[in-house]
Amino acid sequence: MKRVLTLLVENHQGVLSRIAGLFSGRGYNLETITAGVTVDPQVTRITLVCQGDDNVFAQIKKQLHKLIDVIKLTDLSEMPALHRELALIRVRAQGPDRGEIFQVADVFRARVLDVGLESMVMELTGASEKIDDFLSVLLPYGVLEVARSGLISMEKSKKK
Amino acid sequence: MRKGNVTGAKALLKALEAQGIEVIFGYPGGANLPIYDELSRSPIRHVLVRHEQGAAHMADGYARSTGKTGVCLATSGPGATNLVTGLANAFMDSSPLVAITGQVSRAMIGNDAFQEVDITGITIPITKHNYLVQEPWELPHVVEEAFYLAGSGRPGPVLIDVPRDVQQEEFSPHQAKFPQLEGYNPTLEGHPGQIKRAAALLKGAQQPLIVAGGGVYQAGAVQALRLLAEKADIPVIHTLMGKASFPNSHPLCLGLLGYHGRVAANTAVSEADVILAVGTRLADRSTGPLGTFARQARIIHVDIDPAEISKNVPAFLPIVGDAKGILIQLAGLLPPAKRAGWRARLEEVAAAHPLRGKLKGVSIPNILRLLRGLVDDPLMVTDVGRHQIFTAHYFPVDSERSFISSGGLGTMGFGLPAAIGAKVGNPGRTVVAVCGDGSFLMTCQEVATAVAENIPVVALVMNDYCLGMVKQLQDSFYGKRHESCRFGRNVDYARLAESMGALGVRVTAEGEIEPALREALASGRPAVVEFVLDEPANVYPMVTGASLLEYVE
Repeated sequence: MKRVLTLLVENHQGVLSRIAGLFSGRGYNLETITAGVTVDPQVTRITLVCQGDDNVFAQIKKQLHKLIDVIKLTDLSEMPALHRELALIRVRAQGPDRGEIFQVADVFRARVLDVGLESMVMELTGASEKIDDFLSVLLPYGVLEVARSGLISMEKSKKK
Repeated sequence: MRKGNVTGAKALLKALEAQGIEVIFGYPGGANLPIYDELSRSPIRHVLVRHEQGAAHMADGYARSTGKTGVCLATSGPGATNLVTGLANAFMDSSPLVAITGQVSRAMIGNDAFQEVDITGITIPITKHNYLVQEPWELPHVVEEAFYLAGSGRPGPVLIDVPRDVQQEEFSPHQAKFPQLEGYNPTLEGHPGQIKRAAALLKGAQQPLIVAGGGVYQAGAVQALRLLAEKADIPVIHTLMGKASFPNSHPLCLGLLGYHGRVAANTAVSEADVILAVGTRLADRSTGPLGTFARQARIIHVDIDPAEISKNVPAFLPIVGDAKGILIQLAGLLPPAKRAGWRARLEEVAAAHPLRGKLKGVSIPNILRLLRGLVDDPLMVTDVGRHQIFTAHYFPVDSERSFISSGGLGTMGFGLPAAIGAKVGNPGRTVVAVCGDGSFLMTCQEVATAVAENIPVVALVMNDYCLGMVKQLQDSFYGKRHESCRFGRNVDYARLAESMGALGVRVTAEGEIEPALREALASGRPAVVEFVLDEPANVYPMVTGASLLEYVE
């Protein structure tokens, strides 16, 4: 089962290595990891997507907690949360295809960032599944390159 | 270079002195010489080792025998990598250590400079935390934090890597504000509700059992555990790390559990209905095959590290916190009890399955028996192999911090240097290292350290001319094909010791055992006694099947 964790960590050198090393060293499955500084320049926020059954996942959380540089760990699998991923996609776009791709992009609310003679680059933000769907639709035209950011996530605001 | 009135190296030494450090085990080299230069002006004792692995094990032995944090010091590159085994060993057994390494100058880092190695990268998985110090003014704070981390919560090794130019740079000390350790706050107090539930569980138990791990002695909870066990009349078994966590001669003590555990201990853990496991990881050497471990029992797991709860064995009732406080509270809640039936059952098993080692001739059990008659309350340190298990079984210890062994990592070569470190921390106690011939040869150069520094430890080399535990495994599981486990007869351990200035004695007959031990113990010098064993005897009991109750004895 896929799980999403966000960590607030000390913005120290090597902190990503500590986290990635924990996953490889203990044989845990890490799917994506993203990191970026928060409003406090001393603190980095990390979003992790990992796989594991309940026991493995409980261990992952505890072992991450043990890292001295981890200040706070939130399990977003347990609460309503927003999950977003960004993708840049270069697709072959020549002749009549180009118009069709524009239409598909419009339906998915992707933005066209760059158009060339033989290909174009689009940007799409959304849930990972939406990006998967968009890619499947583009596949017949020829997807030349894909860059995906990995998930970034945040708890939803309280509604009551 | 910026100017000020104190160098990084001086600040480092001052910070160590402020921690009350009395001894550093170390080895100099190009990248830590500014620290050595300051060390010459410091009251801190330095023990010059012969290999950095020895420095780490000595600091570890010092820490385990005193409860204080041990300190080792090495240079960059190979000096630092030679510490790695010792750090991993301390990490696995939760021993508080601070390792300081020199590093190449900041401008050279990443250039594959001479004797450069990314030691902070290398040691991430085998330290509790580590630091690469970027500025000299960080040093006082980093040192203070490192000692706090090493010694608090679940103890462990912490490494501080200091570039040579950081050691040399001058700065003006100021009261800089440092961020607090926001991400580190070990739980010490056990949850009162959980403790109450544990008491109720133990009170209702028909066949309760205590499993004592090394965390008991590390928490200073040996006395608390004994009082609890006596009051509630609960039998106690221990892990290898927990051997000194409960008096071995106590009538409630059933000995070691696990792969090489006593039949009574393994029966107890298999038949108990409630188990109080304290300060133990319930690691594979102790549990045997997990599918059959303690099937009848609801387990109360007390540990300071929440990650150990339900890691290997599901806990019915976890209590996270410091063992001492928890055991005292738990004992307060338990009414006095007598469990004649359960104890009689276990005593019957114990009587039916005595240890069957040979107490005659030049055999390890016999040597240990004779040693026990000669010395009162020694600090026993073992290496890793058959002699280690023999010592766990045949040499009961009854006082705290009297048994030191490499449990989790199983590091051959640990014994002699750990004994040297333990002797430095306990100059008034008799410290005996029990080694195998294979283990001893891995770090035997530290005899030279013991002689040069006048640290009178006694090393007993149980020489069977082979790698005993390997041979035992080959006997049991590889059709007695003894590939690469035999040593030749070319090493004379007594002469090896003498060549380094220690007392060396060689024993080949039973009648020589006692006089040799007497001579070594009375010499007041580092001594090596080689025992040429009659036969390479295997150590039993040994679990061979799918549960702790399928064994050879």
